[in-house]
Amino acid sequence: MLITGALLIYATVDMPDWGDANSPANTHVSPRYLEKTIEETATPNAVTSVLGDYRSYDTLGETTVIFTAGVVCMLLLRRSQK
Amino acid sequence: MDTFEFIIGKYNYWVYIILMMIGFFAMIAKKNLAKKLVGMNIFQTAIILFFVSTGSKSGATIPIIEHGHGEAAHHAVTVAHYINPLPHVLMLTAIVVMVSTFGVALALLIILYRKYGTLEEDEIFDAIESARQEK
Amino acid sequence: MHVALEEVTEVISRFEDVIIQTICRLLIPPIQLFALYVIAHGHHSPGGGFQGGCILAASFILLVIAYDLQEMKRRMSEKVNIIFCSLGVIIYSGIGLLCMLLGSNYLDYGILHTILPVEPAEARSLGILGIEIGVGIAVMAVMVSIFLNIASGGEHEEAEEFKE
Repeated sequence: MLITGALLIYATVDMPDWGDANSPANTHVSPRYLEKTIEETATPNAVTSVLGDYRSYDTLGETTVIFTAGVVCMLLLRRSQK
Repeated sequence: MDTFEFIIGKYNYWVYIILMMIGFFAMIAKKNLAKKLVGMNIFQTAIILFFVSTGSKSGATIPIIEHGHGEAAHHAVTVAHYINPLPHVLMLTAIVVMVSTFGVALALLIILYRKYGTLEEDEIFDAIESARQEK
Repeated sequence: MHVALEEVTEVISRFEDVIIQTICRLLIPPIQLFALYVIAHGHHSPGGGFQGGCILAASFILLVIAYDLQEMKRRMSEKVNIIFCSLGVIIYSGIGLLCMLLGSNYLDYGILHTILPVEPAEARSLGILGIEIGVGIAVMAVMVSIFLNIASGGEHEEAEEFKE
């Protein structure tokens, strides 16, 4: 466990600072989402518009995951009355 | 000083890595299955927090465009004023996956308890071994 | 006057029961209203489908904790719960199929402006609202179903640990 922790801390040397506005995660495609969310979707909430419109296929898979978990719980634990 | 700025810039990652290692330790070193499950939950929560912290910008506000409705709806948006919405979106999915795996794992624990009467890992292994040797 | 300790503790535990049940009876309708508010205002404030669905499920679980398991089964039976599970996913895929039938790609809500009297940008906003409603219903039903199955261990008719 200590070796894994030391390796992970060594890996954070290269990562961008906290709160950096020019890191690669903040400048790839999210400025486009933030700028175009009002004129294309009329939704001020950028998180909902990305979740429901630009990446709605992932949300479909998400709903399928939680539906499958509900069905599995039902299958594992329900016993037919003898 | 340079090292001081280095520590200020990175210490959030270190805190989350320490949280991850606590959960990892609970997963591999405890013998009770329920404690291993709690360790898995801690591990997943720490990963979610780690990802959300990579999307923050200093001095920025939540990613809901202000004055976004009505007559002033079409003015330029300064991107540096709002934090990155993309990690939040991905972590919403991750939270739901966390809840699903926790629910299925609890159902499996109930079935194991019904069959073997205990939740300790080595007692379950012994019971499986003796049941196999009887055949 | 000598009152036995067992009688006093029994009276206190029954009194605590009344307090919890009254407070839960007062709190559960505002909690459900707040959950519907969070789902419906996903466009303008933090929230959306998943968050509102979890709060709605929490109100039902509060009913189980305060009262009996059978009390909650009387409000929402197992059959209605299973129907709600699939209804959420059907609403989601149904909107996507509707967009495909109208001629555009799957889950491309811009094409909905041909049947609704709004602009294409507003049609996307309404499509997102419909999707969040579907997700909220599905998440609520699945969370209540998982809780019922795990808490009663499968035997729904004889749930001993919640009977008083």
